[in-house]
Amino acid sequence: MLLILLTGCKEKSVSYIQSDTKETGYEPAYGDTLITGSIGEPSVLIPMLAGDSASHDIAGLIFNGLVKYDTDLSIIGDLAESWEISKDGLIITFHLKKGVKWSDGVEFTASDVLFGFNTIIDEKTPTAYKEDFLQVSKAEVLDKYTFRVTYKKPFAPALSSWGNLVVLPEHLLKGKDITKTTMTREPVGLGPYKLKKWVPGQELILESYKDYFEGRPYIDGYIYRIIPDPATMFLELQAGGLDMMGLTPLQYTKQTDTEIFKKNFQKFRYPVFSYTHMAFNLRHPWFKDKRIRQAIAYAIDKKEIIDVVLFGLGSPATGPYVPNTWPYNPDVKNYEYNPEKAKQLLREAGWKDTNGDGILDKDGKPFEFTILTNMGNNLRKNTATIIQWRLAKIGIKVNIRVLEWSTFVNEFIDKRRFEAVILGWSISPDPDQYDIWHSSKTREKEFNFIGYNNPEVDELLEKGRRTFNTGERKKIYFRIQEILAEELPYIFLYVPDATPIVHSRFKGIKPSPIGISYNLPKWYVPKPLQKHAMEP
Amino acid sequence: MIPTLFGITLISFMILHLAPGKPTDVLADFNPKITPEARERLEKMYNLDKPVIVQYVLWLNKIVKFDFGESFSSDRRPVIDKIWDKKQPLTERRLFITFMLNVITMFVILVIAIPLGITSATHQNTLYDRITTTSVFIGFATPSFWLALLLMMFFGVYLGWLPISGLKSMNYDSLSLAGKIIDRINHLILPVFVYAFGGLAGDSRYMRSSMLEVIRQDYIKVARAKGLPERIVIYRHALRNALLPLITLIGLSVPGLIGGSVIMESIFGIPGMGQLLFMSVMTRDYPVIMGIVIIVGFLTLLGNLLADIGYMLADPRIRH
Repeated sequence: MLLILLTGCKEKSVSYIQSDTKETGYEPAYGDTLITGSIGEPSVLIPMLAGDSASHDIAGLIFNGLVKYDTDLSIIGDLAESWEISKDGLIITFHLKKGVKWSDGVEFTASDVLFGFNTIIDEKTPTAYKEDFLQVSKAEVLDKYTFRVTYKKPFAPALSSWGNLVVLPEHLLKGKDITKTTMTREPVGLGPYKLKKWVPGQELILESYKDYFEGRPYIDGYIYRIIPDPATMFLELQAGGLDMMGLTPLQYTKQTDTEIFKKNFQKFRYPVFSYTHMAFNLRHPWFKDKRIRQAIAYAIDKKEIIDVVLFGLGSPATGPYVPNTWPYNPDVKNYEYNPEKAKQLLREAGWKDTNGDGILDKDGKPFEFTILTNMGNNLRKNTATIIQWRLAKIGIKVNIRVLEWSTFVNEFIDKRRFEAVILGWSISPDPDQYDIWHSSKTREKEFNFIGYNNPEVDELLEKGRRTFNTGERKKIYFRIQEILAEELPYIFLYVPDATPIVHSRFKGIKPSPIGISYNLPKWYVPKPLQKHAMEP
Repeated sequence: MIPTLFGITLISFMILHLAPGKPTDVLADFNPKITPEARERLEKMYNLDKPVIVQYVLWLNKIVKFDFGESFSSDRRPVIDKIWDKKQPLTERRLFITFMLNVITMFVILVIAIPLGITSATHQNTLYDRITTTSVFIGFATPSFWLALLLMMFFGVYLGWLPISGLKSMNYDSLSLAGKIIDRINHLILPVFVYAFGGLAGDSRYMRSSMLEVIRQDYIKVARAKGLPERIVIYRHALRNALLPLITLIGLSVPGLIGGSVIMESIFGIPGMGQLLFMSVMTRDYPVIMGIVIIVGFLTLLGNLLADIGYMLADPRIRH
């Protein structure tokens, strides 16, 4: 769960996938370079030390994990050929692929995994991804190609945690302070690309790793340009300085709807693994009452928000999962737009407009509250504005305050000084959301900041992370969604779509629930269309 | 100069720490995988658990030995390497890029603003004076990011004449020396133009008013009475004195120019110190911000000192 709230660009989901790839009878060929842009510069290329998405973009091309997500979100082997999980779910034994080589020619073995594991749990390693690995009681190398971990308690998200965070070249890092090695800026990995040159503030140039264990990537070069301004980036795309970038809803629907774009580019669209919601502070006397929360839900038209704010590029959210993924429950209570019902619920709760000023009141107090959201995300600000307008129609006065991110988190969320907030969570493909909903996670800096407390949900969350059978887990998370839909601690608003655009000379792109870049090594540019030659 | 610099760092350090947020937020905020204990460990590692004044003394102890410390971002690079990376060629180092961009812009501003100021003074209240005044104020009032985007769209996308962002083309390394120079110049045209356009107003107006003041003086009347041609009167006798206030103005404009670099470098994707400052502020990377503050503070004070010295050399009246 990286960069939660900065909803954005990493992993994706099913439901509908649109693309306008123009596949023709071309033959795959080696060569050419893909140029992409980023508003941020990577800081460190060792995955476990990286906290920003730019670093993970690049580190993800250089390092591989033991396992990865397949296009249908099941877990498949990456560096692991196969694995066994013991009956009680406590022991996982990985059998690694043989003959895989680091880009400096040394063979990859089980001790590299153990070394990575020992590094990530080390006190001195500044990493944000330690917690999953602290659940491990014992990690051991059985032989050169076999690695075994034992857990203290059954832990369902365990398998998926053995991605690219923990595989490090022991022969280069042993006995060194990981934060001080040259590896952070000149990494040696075993992924499809290797770093050729890093010009600070300008670009990172990667070249394909010819001995990549899944076969040499077709595209020889990958250039990651740093362009801090999003408007400049879009102009670079038009001028031919970029081959790929993520579009905003406005750019996707309107600004790229021209002949030039249709001829030269291919656009893609699929749901992002995230959702935007309005969360209530459940300690607040008004929002303690379920009827009030439901009334507000009835007064908001999600479809309208998606059409206006996202130009239709999203789908309504009904719970904390992405539609059409396996944990998603499609049959929960749905709050269709119904202002009459909303007014009725508010009347039942004792809210009436006694003084005729158009705002409901109770015990002499008008129904007025403030929605907080963070600066720099216009989608959220616009969503707040629509909600403000809709709630005014049923007699609730809403104020909107947009705050700088750090102020927002430190002064308002952490100190619980809010009534309602509009935020987003990006979610991992594993359905475990213990940290967000469990009643034990309400301390400062923890993520149940709304103060949600439901004993049944607590119990289900605990059971969910101890259960390995997908069918049974599904039942657990379906029930959690039913409860959340009834109680509405959050009003789940929408799941936005990712809308990347790629130059049309790139072929072999197969959009899937996890996005488009998962098979980058298989993308190619047919010989006659190649544009850039990689300098040797 | 040293006490001033000390004051600058103290105030900057305090203001920086007054702003909400910490460098660890990037890793830890709203990341369910990080526990409060892990967060405390991280904060301890950066000494963020100590009182601000202790943190300042720790920082000061290093800086007096010219040790800028290490960045708090996850790359942990020494601050000095970020600002002045000795592994890169001189022309790729951030401080150099920002310095050169500012020197070039300053030069362009002066080359345009001085003649503009002089001619509007000599043609005071004519149509020409009004047009130039209006145009420099339009330049002053135009939001630079907006103008930059329009020009990028026109020259970069529509005409395709100029590159849009960055400092060099993709094929830069394969170019001949002349090609490299032309490539660099091409990349600098738009940023320097936009940057200079906004800065013309100040200098040209100063030049105008100082010229107006000078040509009312008695010695100019004398020169005219002697029958000297107007060209000689203005450019030989009046100009020398009229230029004096401009020396001070140039010296004082250092912080303003560097502040402008932050915006220009971010829009045009120029890898200079301004861009680094912008990114560091966003991530609350205190050591890098402080490193840049020290450099900018030093350059500002140096600018003031040079202005004083320059004024002294140019104007014998204040030598005592």
